[in-house]
Amino acid sequence: MSDLDLFSQQAANRSRSRWLVFGFIAFFAWLGFGGDWIAWQFTLDAPPGSYRHTFPFLGLGLTTVAAISAGVAWRRGPERVLWSTNAIEVTVPATEEERRLVNVVEEMAIASGIPRPRVWIVPDPDPNAFATGRDWDTAHVDVTAGLLRALDRDELQAVIAHEMGHVKNLDVRLMTLLAALVGAVALVGDAMARMMRGGGRIRTRSSGGGRGGKKGGNPVLIVVLVLWILSWLLAPLVTRLLALGVSRKREYLADAMAAQFTRNPGALASALQKIEHAASPTPSIRRGSAHLCIADPLGRRLTNREGFLAELFGTHPPMAIRVAKLKAMAYEGRASSAERQAAGVERRGDDAGTPAT
Amino acid sequence: MFLALLVLTAIALFWGVSAYNSLIALKNQVANAWKQIDVQLKRRHDLIPNLINAVKGAMNFERQTLEAVVAARNQAIQVSAGGDVSKIAASEGQLTGALHRLLAVVESYPALKATGNIAELQEELTSTENKIAFARQLYNDVATQYNTKQKQVPTVFVAGMAGATTAPLWEISDEAERAVPKVEL
Repeated sequence: MSDLDLFSQQAANRSRSRWLVFGFIAFFAWLGFGGDWIAWQFTLDAPPGSYRHTFPFLGLGLTTVAAISAGVAWRRGPERVLWSTNAIEVTVPATEEERRLVNVVEEMAIASGIPRPRVWIVPDPDPNAFATGRDWDTAHVDVTAGLLRALDRDELQAVIAHEMGHVKNLDVRLMTLLAALVGAVALVGDAMARMMRGGGRIRTRSSGGGRGGKKGGNPVLIVVLVLWILSWLLAPLVTRLLALGVSRKREYLADAMAAQFTRNPGALASALQKIEHAASPTPSIRRGSAHLCIADPLGRRLTNREGFLAELFGTHPPMAIRVAKLKAMAYEGRASSAERQAAGVERRGDDAGTPAT
Repeated sequence: MFLALLVLTAIALFWGVSAYNSLIALKNQVANAWKQIDVQLKRRHDLIPNLINAVKGAMNFERQTLEAVVAARNQAIQVSAGGDVSKIAASEGQLTGALHRLLAVVESYPALKATGNIAELQEELTSTENKIAFARQLYNDVATQYNTKQKQVPTVFVAGMAGATTAPLWEISDEAERAVPKVEL
C-alpha cells in the first residue's frame, strides 16, 4: 500500500470519528428537544394554573449528557474497553509466552514504523485479539491467553501485525469511540424503554380525561411524535448496525497491512483458520466491543456464511474470503520471492527457534 | 492577463511548497528508519557476549564457530562507527551468517538447549534478528519511496533545494546470508 493510501485512510478515519461524535450529540439533541416540543404542544392549551412545558430542560439535559459521555468516550474509551475485558497489562514479561508476545509486538512496531503500543493479556482460553486507543501514542494491543497458546511465533506475529494495521490507519480511534458510544446509547435506550412504559400510561389517562375532540388536530404533532418514539426504540439497533458496518470493510484492509508488515500472508491465513476452528466463543469480550476483535467473539456461525444476513449482522467478513485473499497474496509472494530477497526481506521461520533472518 | 499570470504563479508556488515539504518529511522518515536499524544492530552486538559465555563451556571443540562470531562482531562494531551504509550492511551480513552457523550448532546439542538460559537467549536473538530484518524492511521501503519521489515530476524541481540525494538501500551482500539453508534428511 502506498503512502498516499495510508494518509487518506487516516484522514477518513479522523473525519468519520468527528462525524460520529457530532451525529451522536445531534441525535440526543433531537431526542431531547423533540420531546420538549411535543410536551409543549400537548400542554399548549392546558388550563391556566396547571403545568405548562415552556422551558426545554429535557433537550438541554440530554444534549449535555451526550456531550459529556462523548467526552468521556474520547478520553476514557480505551481504558473502558480494556477494563470490560478484564485485561491485565504486561509490564515486565514474566513467562516465556509473555516475553515472546512483547518481543513480537516490538518487532511489529518496528515493521509498521509506529511507537510500541502497550500490551495486555485477557485471561480467556479462546483465541482472539483486538487493538484500541485514540492515536499511535495511546494505543493498546490486547490478546487472549488462548491465542498465545494456540499460535506459533509466525502466526502470532501476523495477528499482531493485523492489529498494528488497525492502529496505524487510526481505525482504533473510530472503533473505540463507537464501542463507547454504542454502550451509552444502549444504556439510554434501556432507561427510556422503562420510562415509556410508565409515561405511556399517564398520557393515555390524561387524554382519556376529557379532550377527545382534540385528537388529530395537529398532523405535524402526530408525525413528530411517531418519529420521536421510533427514534427511541430503534436507536440501539441502528447504532449496533452502524458498529457492524464500520468494522467489516476494515478487516480486509488490516489483513492487507499485516501482509505488508510481515511479508508473510500465509501466516495470517493459518492463524485465522486456527482462530476460526477454536470451538468456543470468547466470553470475556462483551457485545459492545465485538467489532474491535480480529475474529467475531460472539459466535462464529454468521462469519462462516456468505449472503445478506451475514453481510448485515456479522461484525466481520466471512472468514473463508479473508483466508482466500491472504492465500492469493501468499501465492503471488512466492512467485516474486526473488524480488523480495532483493528488497532485503526474507521469510522468517523459527520452528526450531533458529532465526532465519 | 496579469491576473491569470498571478493565479498561475500562486498555484505553482503552492505546488512547490507542498512538494518540498513532502520531500523533507520523507527525508526525516528515512533518517529515522535508519536509526531504528542502528538501535537493533547495537542490541545484537550487546547480546553476543552473553550468548558466547552461555555456550562456551559446553562447546569447547566448536572453537572455530565461536571465534567466527566474535570476529564478525568486532568487525561490525568497528565498521558501524564509519556510518557507510554498504560497508555496514556487508559486515552485519557476515555477523548474521556467523550467528546462524552458531545457532545451527547449538541445535545439535540437546543438553545445551535444555538449560533455561539458552532458550531465553535464543528467543532474544530470534527477536533481535527479526527486528533487524523488519527495521531493514522499513528502511528500504521508506528509502525507496524517498528515492522515487525525488525523481518524479512535481518534486524533481525542488529536489535540489531540499538537498535530496538518493538514499542507499540496504542490500544483502554476503554470500552466506543469501545462501539457501541446506535440508538434510
